[in-house]
Order: sequence, then structure tokens, then C-alpha cells
Amino acid sequence: MSFTSIVLVKQVPDTANISGQVMKPDGTVNRAKLPAIFNPEDQVALELALQFRDKYGGTVKAVTMGPPKASELLRECLYMGADEVFLISDRKFAGADTLATSYVLSEAIKKLGAYDILFAGRQAIDGDTAQVGPQTAEKLGLPQITYVEQILKAEKKAIKVKRKIEGGFEILECSFPLLITVIKDAATPRPFKAKRVMAYKNARSLVELEKMVEGNSLLYMDELTEEYMSKSLFIPTLTMDELPLDQERCGLHGSPTKVHKIESVVLAGNEHIKVEPSKEGLEQLVSKLMDDHILG
Amino acid sequence: MKSHSNDVWVFIEQRSGKPADVSFELLSKGRKLVEVLKGKLKAVLIGSDTANIVEKIFKYGVVEILLVDHPDLRDYRTMPYSRIMHELVSEHKPRIVLFGATIIGRDLAPRVASFTRSGLTADCTDLQISDVTYLRKDYPELLLQIRPAFGGNIIATIITPDAPIQMATVREGVMENLPLTDAKKGKITKIEYKKDPDDDLIKIVERYQEESKVNLKAAPIIVAGGYGMGSREKFQLIKDLADVLGGEVAGSRAAVDAGFIPHERQVGQTGVTVRPKLYIACGISGAIQHRAGMQEANKIIAINSDPEAPIFDICHYGIVGDAVEIIPKFIDAFKHKLR
Repeated sequence: MSFTSIVLVKQVPDTANISGQVMKPDGTVNRAKLPAIFNPEDQVALELALQFRDKYGGTVKAVTMGPPKASELLRECLYMGADEVFLISDRKFAGADTLATSYVLSEAIKKLGAYDILFAGRQAIDGDTAQVGPQTAEKLGLPQITYVEQILKAEKKAIKVKRKIEGGFEILECSFPLLITVIKDAATPRPFKAKRVMAYKNARSLVELEKMVEGNSLLYMDELTEEYMSKSLFIPTLTMDELPLDQERCGLHGSPTKVHKIESVVLAGNEHIKVEPSKEGLEQLVSKLMDDHILG
Repeated sequence: MKSHSNDVWVFIEQRSGKPADVSFELLSKGRKLVEVLKGKLKAVLIGSDTANIVEKIFKYGVVEILLVDHPDLRDYRTMPYSRIMHELVSEHKPRIVLFGATIIGRDLAPRVASFTRSGLTADCTDLQISDVTYLRKDYPELLLQIRPAFGGNIIATIITPDAPIQMATVREGVMENLPLTDAKKGKITKIEYKKDPDDDLIKIVERYQEESKVNLKAAPIIVAGGYGMGSREKFQLIKDLADVLGGEVAGSRAAVDAGFIPHERQVGQTGVTVRPKLYIACGISGAIQHRAGMQEANKIIAINSDPEAPIFDICHYGIVGDAVEIIPKFIDAFKHKLR
């Protein structure tokens, strides 16, 4: 038995550490101004895919859609043990909501050849929507199992998983191919392997190589690309041109949801009654609450 | 195929024949939305043996229930439910479709939105209808989908200006549950379940589900503790106070993470949203994520040793001091007054 897995990963702003002016006037996020991290549940999804490969054999491909900077994330996937990584990047994809994102992802996945299982994190911490996984599955005509906490067993034709539901769990069986989304408790991501970091720290995507050529008149793009490919350090990039996409359905333009307004959360700072932490103060408070029929 | 209507649909979620509270909260909100839109409030119910749920739905002013009742549909399954739902939406083209932001709703809604190419906003905390000017174009009566974003640091208003169907999920407990006293029984439209081969791609091998023994949402008094309680032992004081007052015990995320209290009792953005008569926050600083789950409480008492803690900005009664020392005094004061 061996299975081909594709893991959908995303680089996200570290929403726990937001400071300064990070919102652009159009209401989208200026990601350049925030520290970017591996979306936690996507990293768990990659870990689960790697465990699945280690147990049953096969290959793990990691895919991300994002700006050229997202190559950083793909290198991290290689450090963890992904066999192949792919960047989906084009200015025309920018500003996409979950519908436009899942459209591009689904077309890119079709381009990557046959697969048995798609893995994704349940949700990303920048939007918490949990929509891209199911919407990608729908577009590919795949069944989906969300909130997966454990893969119990895989056989040639079907997989058995345990998923979380409100107040309990479900054990579901599904034929391949399918998409699963994974919750945080499903696995603990392995640390980067020093050997793999050494091997892949110089892996570069097309855009990154172009930047190197721009800054150095002695380098030629064709030769450089060939060199990186021969060393298996080339991160393939899928752009608008490589994919059979309807531009109307991509990026901000292809996104039905728009940000109308962004407000930072301001506290009303309303006046409250200060109660002294003394016996008398507390007895007064209790009397007031009883008079108001809130207590007693 | 008709162009869109002004109707608001609510997907009624049921688990083993028991309707989810959030569905009734959405019907209550949906009723307000159709008043502005001058459309009809409709419910979609998929399940088996649904008679008692049907009756409850009509208490909310629903004009029509689209009912798909079949033994195979007893439990939620992604494939048949999403297919049935997207077929109905494609055929009738409601203006707005609302789902609970539950595990079921978050599994179902994205697929339906994807198929129908509708806009979908997750985890809304408020919904309003308003005329909007977007990019110098006027859009009458759009659904404002209001939600916290970026870990709760901002409040975003999302609109779906050009797509005919606007969809949103809403978390349980965020909207009020307001049944009508004089509701008329509406129409039931039965829709036949036509099985599709893909419906059985996923099989349920086993399911274990127990009803939560904790019902924070229904509690009139909630005593909540935070990380500021200091230890699991001292957290016992929260339980003591709750017992004396006849309330339920809750905690902030920090208290849950510290192991003071189980997750099912967490109030806030990643926990339960509550609106009790009285909420006593002890040793809780009042991060936005926590406030999102309790600021609608009728009366809030805050006890915190830091006078600058944000919880004091939303409370009605503030007590500056160590909750560990103040709670026993509070209990004494209450017992004294009861006598």
C-alpha cells in the first residue's frame, strides 16, 4: 500500500502578537508588517500526513497559496519531511476570500496529478473561518471529513478516522480520495531535522531565483533554474499562466465577500460603581442586588 | 430559475432528533431581518421523525418549512445534507441563508456556499440590514455581517454586494432566543429524498455523543474565575460562591489552559457565549476574547487586584482587590443578608 497525500498549508500573521498599523485602507491585511508563522493546525495536518506516510508508505506534497514570501513556509515543510512542495502565487490571486482561494487551490491540485487524500488544518488563525478545506473538497467533488482527531486505519480502498463532534466523537469510514481537516489535538508537529535543514535551506522558488538574478549580472535565469532543479532545490511555482483559471473567479475580484468596514475594538469605558472590598461595602452591594431582584 | 427573493432561510440543526438552540436564535434574528427586507422567513429541516421540531419552529413566525424527512437522514452526514441544501438554495434562491457556527454548520455551510458561489462569513456576532455604498455604487438592503477578526483585535463588517445569495454562520448564544406568543402555524412543504450514489461515500461506523451536563447559557447567575485565582485549590472559592448564590461556575480561557476548570465551562470567543442576569468575574483581566462571551450580561461584577484591568471598563460594579480574599467576605455578606 502507498498513498499520495497533498497537504494544504498557509502562512499566517501571528494574530496573537498584533501591533501597529497592519490594516490597509481597503480593509485587507498588510501581512508584510506582521511576523508570519506556520498556521498551527496546518502544521498538525502536515505532521499527520507524514505519520500516515511513515506508516503506510507513499509521498507527501505540501502546497501553499500566497505571496512569494510564502516560500519560507514551504522550506519549513521540507525541513519537517515533505517530499515535494509547491507554491501557488500570482498578484492576480491577491485579496481572495475563501471562495476564490478554494477555486485556485482546486485547479492547482488537479495539476499535481493523482492523489488519495488531501489534508488541511481545520482553520487558520488569521480568519478562523474553517471554510477553505470544505470548499476545496466541494470544488473537486470530494467527500470531506472535518475536525479529524485521529486516523484509525487505512486500507487499500478506504480510510477510517475519528472526528470530534459536539459532546463526543464519530468514527467514519470513507473511500479514497477524500479531504480531511485536522484539529490541533491530532498530532504534535515534529521538530525540524538538522539534516533536512542543511539539505533544503537553499531551496528557492522561481520568484526568489528571479530576485537573485536581478541583483547579480553574472547570473542567468535559465542556468540558475537548471542548477537548482538538478540539486532538487527548486520550488515549483504555479501562476495564473500555468493554471486553467477564469480570472473573473480569482483574487479580490472573484471574492463575493468584501470588507466594508474595520473598527478597532474600543472600550466604552463606562462608569461603574466602585465597591469597597470591606464587609460594609459588600453587604451594601448584596442588598442592592437583592433589591433589584438579581440575587436572592 | 427565478432571480433571488427577499427571503431569509435558517438551516435547522438537529442532533439525534433534538434541535440545536442556535437554530432558534437564528430564527429570532431572521424574523427581524425579514421585517426590514419584506421577505419571508423560512426554515430548512433535514432529519427523520421531525414532527416535534416542526412544532417548535412554528413558534418563531416561520412562514414555511422546507422539510426533508427520511430515515436515512436521521443523523447529519456531509454528503446528503450538503447536496440537499445546495439543491434547495439553487432552486429557490433565498436572499440570506443562516447556519449555526457549530461543527455541523461549519462543515455544511462552506460546501453549500461553494456550490452556489455565494458569499459566506463565518462566526458572525451581529447581523443587520442596511443600504451600503461600496466603491461608489449603491446597494440597497445588504446584509451586514459583523464579526471579530484577527484574534478579536478588530471588528470587521463584511458585505456580499454582488452575489445574489448572502450566507453567514453565527455562534450559539450570541443572538437572543425570542419565540412568539401568538405565532401562527405556517406551511410545511415536504420534499422527497432522492438518494444519490455519493450520499453513502462516508459511512458512520460509530457515534458517541452525550448531552452536555453543563448548561451555562441557561444559568441566571454565573461566577467565573480567571488565571488571577492563582491555583486550582483557590479556584474552589469560585465554586463555593456559585453554590451559595445558586449559580453556575465558569472560567476564562486562561483558567481553562491552567487546568483550573474544564473547557466545557469556558466563557468567551472560543467557549460559550452567555447572557445571564448576573456575571461575577473573579481574577479575570477581561481580554476582548473573554468579553465577547459575557458582555451582554445584565449585571457584571468585577473583582480584580489590578485597577487598570479592562474588565472594569465593562462592569457595573467593580471591586479592586484580591478575589481570594474578597470571595469569602462576599459569601459572608450574602449569608448575613439572607438571615
